[in-house]
Amino acid sequence: METLRDKDTFLNGLIKSNPDFVLVLGMCPTLAMSTNLLQGFAMGIATTFVLIFSNIFISMLRKVIPDKIRIPCFIIIISTFVIIVELVMRKYFPDLYSTMKAFISLIVVNCIILARAESFASCNKVKDSAIDGFSMGLGFTLSLSALGFIRELITSGTVLGLSIFNNFPQMLGTSSKAMGFIVLGLSMAAFNQIRIKNSKKKAGVK
Amino acid sequence: MGVISIIFTAMLADNIVLSQFQGICPFLGVSKKSDTALGMGFAVMFVMAISSIFTYMVYHYILIPVGIEYMRTMAFILIIASLVQMIEMVIKKYSPTLYTSLGVYLPLITTNCAVLGTANSAIDIGYNLINTFALSIATGVGFLIAIFILSGLRDKIDKTDIPKCFKGFPITLIAASIMALAFAGFSGMFS
Repeated sequence: METLRDKDTFLNGLIKSNPDFVLVLGMCPTLAMSTNLLQGFAMGIATTFVLIFSNIFISMLRKVIPDKIRIPCFIIIISTFVIIVELVMRKYFPDLYSTMKAFISLIVVNCIILARAESFASCNKVKDSAIDGFSMGLGFTLSLSALGFIRELITSGTVLGLSIFNNFPQMLGTSSKAMGFIVLGLSMAAFNQIRIKNSKKKAGVK
Repeated sequence: MGVISIIFTAMLADNIVLSQFQGICPFLGVSKKSDTALGMGFAVMFVMAISSIFTYMVYHYILIPVGIEYMRTMAFILIIASLVQMIEMVIKKYSPTLYTSLGVYLPLITTNCAVLGTANSAIDIGYNLINTFALSIATGVGFLIAIFILSGLRDKIDKTDIPKCFKGFPITLIAASIMALAFAGFSGMFS
């Protein structure tokens, strides 16, 4: 019973309420950081780290934090972990940090984290909150990596920097930005289509 | 770079939403109707302009002398959050009409990454106070332009017959991508 519920919480973040395609939260890092696979993956991992630990701490402190000033308290907790990520990345991954700098500090205002803190961690047990943070983060990482893979392949014909096609025409910087919107829009539509089909199938069975 | 060039670059060529991908959440979320989009746009512009001055002051006169530049993220988000709260109270007291039109959107601005992003980028580039102020006003205007145009587009899209799976966000994103292409035409014009 217990494990079944854990599994439900886990799958919830991964597919049923995937932060990118279903909840449509945290769009800014999704669009800005999915220009290639590596960046998308790194951004996903950084967000996951912040999400898990802020969820754990907010859940631990949920009875101490007064209701009226909960948002500022959440923001302080979240920004602490963002600063940790920033410092660790600057030390160990300086190249990656220099290209992702702007959006690492913007994790603070990523809607997913505040939304999970507000709607899940502030009213659930520590363990559930940790699982929720992990699954939401994993869902986010997966969708960012998938988008990054598609966009990298389309705009420069490479995967993780290795070229797949010979003589691939490079896309200009400006149009590769517009590409971000198109790829996200189309993949969201595809995700919706699958969901519509699935719900039809379920209705048919009943 | 002169102030004029900063203003036009931030407003059109390097539009905060369409080229830098910041502030996408309100851009997609609050652009269903033109008047709400305008309200959100003005509120963002207002907060951005005021918060940029405060963040500049705090960074250069408190964080650097004390030597804790790494606390920037936390300091800035707290400044923005408290400013939003303060502006909300002031507007409520002195201009109830403005409050009724902006009031709903003000709390949402705290989690708008465009505000924090602009404050950060002004510091990173190393602008002085005047340039910082110009940059943030122009960025705000750029946001206003983008969200207002998108709201007009969505108004038209709502009346057309599109496949079910494209309804809502997907078609909006595709409209935004065409806007981004159009705005890309400005790039290189002002630099």
